[in-house]
Amino acid sequence: MADSQPGIATQLRQLYQSVQDEAIPDRFLSLLEKLDQAEQQADQALRIKDSAQ
Amino acid sequence: MTDDATSIERSFKRDLLAALPNLRAFAVSLTGRHHVADDLVQDTIMKAWAKQDHFEPGTNMKAWLFTILRNEFYSQMRKRGREVSDSDGFFTAQLSTHPQQYGSLDLQDFKKALDQLPSDQREAIILVGASGFAYEEAAEICGCAVGTIKSRINRARNKLQEILGVTGEGDYGPDAHSSAVTKRAFAV
Repeated sequence: MADSQPGIATQLRQLYQSVQDEAIPDRFLSLLEKLDQAEQQADQALRIKDSAQ
Repeated sequence: MTDDATSIERSFKRDLLAALPNLRAFAVSLTGRHHVADDLVQDTIMKAWAKQDHFEPGTNMKAWLFTILRNEFYSQMRKRGREVSDSDGFFTAQLSTHPQQYGSLDLQDFKKALDQLPSDQREAIILVGASGFAYEEAAEICGCAVGTIKSRINRARNKLQEILGVTGEGDYGPDAHSSAVTKRAFAV
């Protein structure tokens, strides 16, 4: 029976939410960590260079 | 100065992390496949990180990330050829391989119906109906007029109703009046 089914808007949100509720894969967390570290090291290298001058 | 820059970086990373689940759900709905979606999200993170100087703090980070991801998706698709429209059977086969990734049985039917939509209609209805964007934001992300987004959503909804055999809910989307207007304005 069509009436007892959730409507399109609801099903769309449920489907989307089912993916949103999944844990963030570790690969993204470690990627962000690496990007962050690389940036900090670059900053540090820059500062050492600055103070050496 | 350096402390300011560092705190902006921190909030950039924090906001990016906060947007990830939503961004990833959008990627899954664009590609139809989790592993392809995750590769796309990874590329998007790298791009966004490299371009973070272009991001103005205080503006809409979510919309900015979605725009990068969407551009990346279509440019990869163009490089690979005509995969974009080649959705039907392939996505359905994927569904039966990994049913747990798509929630309940009802939702699997819905997912199949969604996969039958043209990609421009699918992304429009998802951005406004699920990702939580306003029509104007969705238009900006897709690089088109607001009326185009509204008309794509309308067509998407009609098609989904037709496939699933349900009646309209009317709890979101353009009303009957504005849909008539957009149809007139955009039917070429």
